[in-house]
Amino acid sequence: MSRPAEGIPEPRHRLGLAALAGRGRETAVGGEDGPCGPDVVGGLAAAWAEAVAGTSYVSMSRSEIEQHLAGLTRQLVTALLAEPFDPTPARQVGAAMVAAHFTGTETLNRTVALLATELPARLGLFRDGCQGPVVERVAAVQGALAAGYAEALRQRTLDEQEAISQAVFVARDQTEQALRASEARFRAVFAEAAIGIGVGDMAGRILEANASLLEMMGYSLEELRQRNVRDFMHPEDAASVWRLYDELVHGQRDHFRVEKRFFRSDGEVIWTHLTVSLIRDDRGHPTYQVAMIEDVTDRHLLQERLRYQALHDPLTGLPNRALFLDRLSRAFETGGRDGRVGLCYLDLDGFKVINDSLGHDVGDQLLVAVGQRLDACVSAPGRLVARIGGDEFIILVERSGSTQDVVVIADHVLAALEAPIRVGEHELAVSASIGLVERPVHGTTPADVMRDADITLYWAKSDGKAKWALFDPERNAREVARFTLSATMPAAIERGEFYLDYQPLVRLSDGQLVGAEALVRWRHPEFGLLAPDRFIGLAEETGQIVPLGRWVLREACRQARLWQDRFGQRAPFISVNLAVRQSRDPSLVADVAKVLAETGVEPGRLQLELTESAVMGTADEPLDALRALSAMGVRIAIDDFGTGYSNLAYLRHLPVHELKIAGSFVEGLRASAADGSHVVDARIVGTLVSLAHALGLGVTAEGVETEAQARRLDDIGCDSGQGWYFARPGPPDQITRLLS
Amino acid sequence: MSSVTTGPRPLPAQVDLDRPSAARVHDYWLGGSHNFAVDRELAERAERIVPELPAAMREYRAFLRRAVRFCLDSGVRQFLDLGSGIPTVGNVHEVARAVDPAVRVVYVDRDPVAVSHSRVMLADVPDVDVLHADLRDPERVLDSPEVAGLLDLDHPVAVLMVSSLHFVPDSDDPAGVIGRYREAMAPGSHLVLAHATGDSDARLVGEQAARVAALYRRSADCLTLRSRAEVTALLTGFALVEPGVTRVPDWRPDTPRTADEHPHRNIGYAGVGRRV
Repeated sequence: MSRPAEGIPEPRHRLGLAALAGRGRETAVGGEDGPCGPDVVGGLAAAWAEAVAGTSYVSMSRSEIEQHLAGLTRQLVTALLAEPFDPTPARQVGAAMVAAHFTGTETLNRTVALLATELPARLGLFRDGCQGPVVERVAAVQGALAAGYAEALRQRTLDEQEAISQAVFVARDQTEQALRASEARFRAVFAEAAIGIGVGDMAGRILEANASLLEMMGYSLEELRQRNVRDFMHPEDAASVWRLYDELVHGQRDHFRVEKRFFRSDGEVIWTHLTVSLIRDDRGHPTYQVAMIEDVTDRHLLQERLRYQALHDPLTGLPNRALFLDRLSRAFETGGRDGRVGLCYLDLDGFKVINDSLGHDVGDQLLVAVGQRLDACVSAPGRLVARIGGDEFIILVERSGSTQDVVVIADHVLAALEAPIRVGEHELAVSASIGLVERPVHGTTPADVMRDADITLYWAKSDGKAKWALFDPERNAREVARFTLSATMPAAIERGEFYLDYQPLVRLSDGQLVGAEALVRWRHPEFGLLAPDRFIGLAEETGQIVPLGRWVLREACRQARLWQDRFGQRAPFISVNLAVRQSRDPSLVADVAKVLAETGVEPGRLQLELTESAVMGTADEPLDALRALSAMGVRIAIDDFGTGYSNLAYLRHLPVHELKIAGSFVEGLRASAADGSHVVDARIVGTLVSLAHALGLGVTAEGVETEAQARRLDDIGCDSGQGWYFARPGPPDQITRLLS
Repeated sequence: MSSVTTGPRPLPAQVDLDRPSAARVHDYWLGGSHNFAVDRELAERAERIVPELPAAMREYRAFLRRAVRFCLDSGVRQFLDLGSGIPTVGNVHEVARAVDPAVRVVYVDRDPVAVSHSRVMLADVPDVDVLHADLRDPERVLDSPEVAGLLDLDHPVAVLMVSSLHFVPDSDDPAGVIGRYREAMAPGSHLVLAHATGDSDARLVGEQAARVAALYRRSADCLTLRSRAEVTALLTGFALVEPGVTRVPDWRPDTPRTADEHPHRNIGYAGVGRRV
């Protein structure tokens, strides 16, 4: 840049600047007051700055620009006035302008114009009229500046183009590297994935498959590429699999996930989780399909095994209760209006004995053998033999034709079990009881038939072993009623559904009412008025007799107290029945004492009636209790005397005050009895009365229905009578009226 | 897409020379040659609609210089230049280091070419770094090793958004973005904002501005013009430095100006806010 520009002539004219400025050449430039002094240079720089304002972007304030241009102006002035003249430094000015970013085209234009006008004018070079040489020099300076400017700008442009291109290369390289790295990662994911991945086109041709998929299917990539997705149809595919696939390849869905079986190349079946996704191009057109296939065969087999185990009995291998219940429900679901179902509920007789005496191992083997026999003689399509626990088996007949079907099966089973079963060295004779239920599925439920089969099996057992019993709805209804009664009894006591009737006990000699027997009744909300024979036996079985008896005692005593208060010495004693179980209840004595104390009834006005068997029992405790009661002053009567095996000699040792002769003896005393039996009965009754009186006991005759009977009993010496002749059992008012 | 709830914004995955880049168009208007035919074509088409655009760009650049000096005068010695573009004459560190050689600067741009170029240009300049990131991801910018390594956010910092925030559409919540930077800025920090507008209070007709904006839609950067009120609102949470939000050339000019000294159309607003 510092070499002289070609075509710029050596200066031919000296400007005589020394003369103009009045200074020597050496001092002319740069002097304080010369053409390069602050005034001239500053003025020129300001004019320059004004001329180029806003034509280029330079990172300077206006004053900084002027300062910068002042330096350049000084260089230009120096060059212009130099002797010998050399315009070369103006090239550097041009280059310096570019360096400072004075690169706008208008900047150069205005600069060149300024050099032609302002520069010589401000230097006063036109004053002496020697314009020729000045113009020449100015033109040379302009040329040099423009050349330096152009060269620098060209260089800068090339540099910047180079730089930006380089930047693009670098940036591109970096992004491509990143892209390649990311592609490599994705490829690795595809290639190394443990899950099988395959890519196919929309026609189902397989294009790519990863190693996992090839291994899973047992094909090479080349083999797979010759196949179509549809070639992998499995006959047992759910219909939905291929419907979903069709939707996908028609672009109607973007992915689906199914369980699907595949045949491997070796024919083996694998179970998979298959996910197929649709890949669309930029415009949304379906382009590829990607299948991800996970081999879940092991999991599936395990699941199958667990499922089998969950539904089968491990000992016999027969279906278990869960599978049976499942099939039973299905029989109901598919039975419709006309379908029938049958159950044979079977329980081995005496299995517990075998198990306990010969050991569980023998017991188990016996169960296995029984299971095999049942399976062999029963199992058929539509029939299921299940072991549903312990020694209980059940046979389901899914589409039974009639009750006869299950009866035939039951007979078959009983016959099949007749031959002894050999377990080790034991030859075991077994039999089974079977409960049969067979009915239309319509109008009943699996739970109903199961419950009824259970009940029927119980009947079969209690009817004797090695039998079948068929469910009988009427018998069931009776038992249900019984069950209902026993189940509702405790609540019935609470709710006051029981009440007492009283039947007078009358002195035969003068017809005076001396006592009243309390008789319990149940006003049942569902079954109506119930006599004691409907529920006392049941209460004895269930133990409810104890609380019920306690209630009766308290209620009777409460009534006795009312009479006692009202009639004083004329009040009747109250006679209350004690069941066998009550007589053995350890709290009996305490209960009676408590009730007497609470009600304030004199002990002598309470009579407890017990049956012979209760009193004559072998155990000592009841006797102790009776003695204690007797000692308390409570009267003890033996009810229905003469119907049991009474040890008459023993009577004297018992704390008994009264005998009540059973109505059957009294019946014979009816005047109309024509067969002469009354004579025998009269003697028996007479003997009993004598015996009783000999022991100091009173005698009451039960079941007195006629006046003749009453008279005869009086003649025999019987003390009291009870029966319809005198009064039927009735509400307490009846007694009150009789006494009033 | 709301930038508040999404993760880091994906940076351009490819260098696409078929699309103009705002950074290179800007360079062209500033008289640079760091640009390609596609950039120049966009620049020239925009100039045909608004002939004063190159002059306006120079005003932005001049504002940057004045604002940097203002920040230096306020004691700030670290700068975060968001949307720095192609390095050209009058870069922040050049302007600043004329005053204090110890100034530290981090340049941030999303344009991979601008970043690559900046790295080459600044390779040998100490205490200056370049970060390839999108200014719409404040956390990614502020937590970057470049910022963490060079700037101490416990001390005042000048965050520069000169001619860059108008490339953030409203859907990207520019106010929220600024707010997240603000949270990270120590008291005494400054936000320097210069933003393109479509306000037609001078001679710029809104339609012309819209046509320029449309041109940019073809580029990698979409232009969103905002009114003076909108630009002022973006500075919410900062104490506005005198003279507030003004036309770009009117913000603290070097010499007092008269109306005819800046005949350019109103091309944008400038303002500086101080974190108090």
